[in-house]
Amino acid sequence: MSDEMCVPIERENDIVTARQKGRELAATTGFSTTDQTMIALAISEIARNIISYAQRGEVTLSRLSDGRRRGVLIVARDAGPGIPDIQLAMRDGYSTGKSLGVGLPGAKRVMDDFELVSSPGKGTTVTMAKWLR
Amino acid sequence: MTVPILKQGDVLIASMQAALSDRDLEQLRDDLAEQVGRFRSRSVIIDVAALDVLDSFATRTLRAIAYTVKLRGASTAVVGIQPDVAFAMVQLGLSLDGVVTALDLEEGLAHLKSLAAQERIRE
Repeated sequence: MSDEMCVPIERENDIVTARQKGRELAATTGFSTTDQTMIALAISEIARNIISYAQRGEVTLSRLSDGRRRGVLIVARDAGPGIPDIQLAMRDGYSTGKSLGVGLPGAKRVMDDFELVSSPGKGTTVTMAKWLR
Repeated sequence: MTVPILKQGDVLIASMQAALSDRDLEQLRDDLAEQVGRFRSRSVIIDVAALDVLDSFATRTLRAIAYTVKLRGASTAVVGIQPDVAFAMVQLGLSLDGVVTALDLEEGLAHLKSLAAQERIRE
């Protein structure tokens, strides 16, 4: 498997593909099945957000290393409407009605690093990482 | 890929396969609502043992299935949630509140049978 791959997210089936590729990458990086499941779940949530709010986008999966630790990096990008109030979107239980409102805060909880950048009209990028312990 | 539904007496058993799409889940909800009526089933078991992830959409759809089936007069048990899947659901904050769960198919059948027996006593 190459070290970086990009999964286009255009139809809901692509969500399944993205989380399967993410799980494979996590497995070959050395994550436990518990962590693989957590990573797959986080990918599922952010990929679903792309379909629900931006219709299309992409999820990029790659390996990470900072010299001491190894991990996986997941970047979800879209050029959709963006999130007007990020603080609100990150609140547990908040939803504009298309979901349970656990996707973003939940994904943040199960990953080690999580960053959400969004500007109205330009799109949203979610960058998240998990490190091997 | 549609979910196969097995009819065993007055129980419908749906065994989910890995990598279900959102559409497949919604199809299952519609199929079960219809078949509960057609076969006059008393209970539905949804076996999710083959699923390696239950995300917010899947969780919400399972709840919707359980409520839909209840409104059709039958009861539902979700069985076979794997340990890693359960743990990840808890971490993410996903719940199946109000939905009966059981360890596996056998436990699920036993539970639904005892529920039915209790109902008969009340009647």
